[in-house]
Amino acid sequence: MSVVAALGGPEQAGTEAASPQAAGAGRGARRLLAPGVLYLVVFFVLPVGVLLATSFYARVPGGELGEYTPALRWQNYPEALAQFAPQLARSFGFAAVATVAALLVGYPMAYVIAVRARGRPGLQGLLVVLVVAPFFTSFILRTVAWKQILADQGEVVGALRWLHVLPPDGRLSAAPAAVVIGLTYSFLPFMVLPLFASLERLDPRLLEAGTDLYATPLTTFRTVTLPLSAPGVVAGTLLTFIPAVGDYVNSSLLGNNTTTTMIGQVIDQRFFRTVDYPTAAVLSVVLMVAILTLVSLYVRRAGTEELV
Amino acid sequence: MTTVGTRAAAVEPGAAPADGGGTALELRSVTKRFGDVVAVDELSLAVPSGTFFALLGPSGCGKTTTLRMVAGLERPSAGTVCLAGRDVTGAPAHRRPVNTVFQSYALFPHLSVLENVAFGLRRRRARDVRARALEALELVELAHLAQRRPSQLSGGQQQRVALARAVVNRPALLLLDEPLGALDLRLRRQMQVELKAIQAEVGITFVHVTHDQEEAMTMADTVAVMNHGRIEQLGGPADLYEHPRTAFVANFLGQSNLVRGTVVETLDGGRTLGVDVGGARVRVPAHRSVPGARHVLVGVRPEKVRLVAAGDDARGGDNELGPGTVVDTSFAGVSTQYQVRVEGLGTFGVFAQNLGGGSVHAPGSVVRLAWDVPHTFALDGHQEVGAGTLGPGDEP
Repeated sequence: MSVVAALGGPEQAGTEAASPQAAGAGRGARRLLAPGVLYLVVFFVLPVGVLLATSFYARVPGGELGEYTPALRWQNYPEALAQFAPQLARSFGFAAVATVAALLVGYPMAYVIAVRARGRPGLQGLLVVLVVAPFFTSFILRTVAWKQILADQGEVVGALRWLHVLPPDGRLSAAPAAVVIGLTYSFLPFMVLPLFASLERLDPRLLEAGTDLYATPLTTFRTVTLPLSAPGVVAGTLLTFIPAVGDYVNSSLLGNNTTTTMIGQVIDQRFFRTVDYPTAAVLSVVLMVAILTLVSLYVRRAGTEELV
Repeated sequence: MTTVGTRAAAVEPGAAPADGGGTALELRSVTKRFGDVVAVDELSLAVPSGTFFALLGPSGCGKTTTLRMVAGLERPSAGTVCLAGRDVTGAPAHRRPVNTVFQSYALFPHLSVLENVAFGLRRRRARDVRARALEALELVELAHLAQRRPSQLSGGQQQRVALARAVVNRPALLLLDEPLGALDLRLRRQMQVELKAIQAEVGITFVHVTHDQEEAMTMADTVAVMNHGRIEQLGGPADLYEHPRTAFVANFLGQSNLVRGTVVETLDGGRTLGVDVGGARVRVPAHRSVPGARHVLVGVRPEKVRLVAAGDDARGGDNELGPGTVVDTSFAGVSTQYQVRVEGLGTFGVFAQNLGGGSVHAPGSVVRLAWDVPHTFALDGHQEVGAGTLGPGDEP
């Protein structure tokens, strides 16, 4: 719920039917929920069930390529995990680094838009549009553009070499750094927007109270601004981390197919190239469970329910 | 200490360290401009240590801006701010030994009541933070709510937490920016008494900003009446009330009956002035009159005026005006307020104590106005009679 609250959405809309005075309205609420529930059943619950079933399928002995039979072959799991554990770990690693990078880049952006540009709605609107603007072009196209930017003969690499940040033969393309940069860029708006929403509601008088009580600007930020924007940080990191873990476009286009392969890429390959449906399904299920576990631990740890 | 304004020339440089009996706050020719608007205009004042000082004025008079400059939340365009003899004009807010009780309270919503109070102590790495914060909460009788969040408290309780959060730091100066403005009348009166008691108990210098003249008068040792970014008059509440020097002060602090008059003679060897008011002769003590003016505003407070029925004789030696007609009466329990219209002079307000029970003069009855000569005052005549009163277009 804290994520929803940080995004400015209605809080706890689902609990309404539980309260006694809403008992009469319960039937009406259920009717209103019906289309959504139906949609989720058809396009989410059923596919997940099929996925789960597929993950236990067994190869037909002597059958054609891609021929599998329903079974309860649990060995699929240890086999797939043994084979693809590095890619799975790399996915979480890359996503974590990209999320932290997006937070470090996105927080100042959101702060400037929400706090510094406060009282100038025109400027604020323009900056928000600029944050969202990349969505007006294709995701693939933008990622390909990064390939150009990070190319070995490009200006960025040239400048970094000249500044001795990179060695003379150093490169950014087809390297882990390129994938992480791509991930950071791709999901930056998902970080900035919830941060903006929570920083915009920050009462500037609280910052004055902080300085009045002997806090330096930095301490005021640490003790007042940052805790009060925690719901935005939680929402932004989740919205960045979750899609980044499963992303395969960045690792396919900006990576090198060996040291940068992420789990999304593996699933894509298993499914469409080697037509190994059970392994692809196993990896999908593992990815989903891992993300759910991590996210619930994180949200419990962050404990934003108490806020405001 | 380098730029001392002309009007502050008489104020001695506050180089002496604070010794308890010194000056807690001194402003010298402080000016604040926002673009073309002059919010505070060459303001100079000194607040002695340990006193309760009130800045009183209507909204937009510059009193909150003045307070913010003392707190360091606003930089003066010109002039000097001295705290306990030290020039802090350029010091940022977090380096000033000043704490503020904000009008909105500005309590940190993510911290408990205790942590709110402890905030300033923690920033200064004080010892016994918890114990001292609890002690401050006990002072405002809220120790039992220490673990609550501010949002779980009532307005009055939040106000007390804000006060505790400021007092706990034992600042050289405690600033209160209309802290009672959001409370209802009954709670406000109660908090006025408590605030004054707390001030006396902790001995910290309080500077209180308010637009409520009753609040300023009941609480403060010294009141500075502000208007248009300047101090109109500064003094003790009784002194300001009995000896207003401008029409603004006469009208803003309580009510006054002001009429235009011309000084025509001096009596009693110069101790009394004879003033012609619409053909009648009114005597004004010379020490209660603006010196040297010919055109004056003659004033008297409504509760000083007696109504004399048409047939009765007034006491000899009193000032008298009238006859006039009672146009309105309103019974207010302890007193009755009359509005009396006198042809050619305007409408006078009269507050009569209900000593005999009930109002005596019905609307329409013809009366004369009488009052003791020593209660008369005379102001410079080049002022609006209605300055400081609330017109229909004014903001409250």
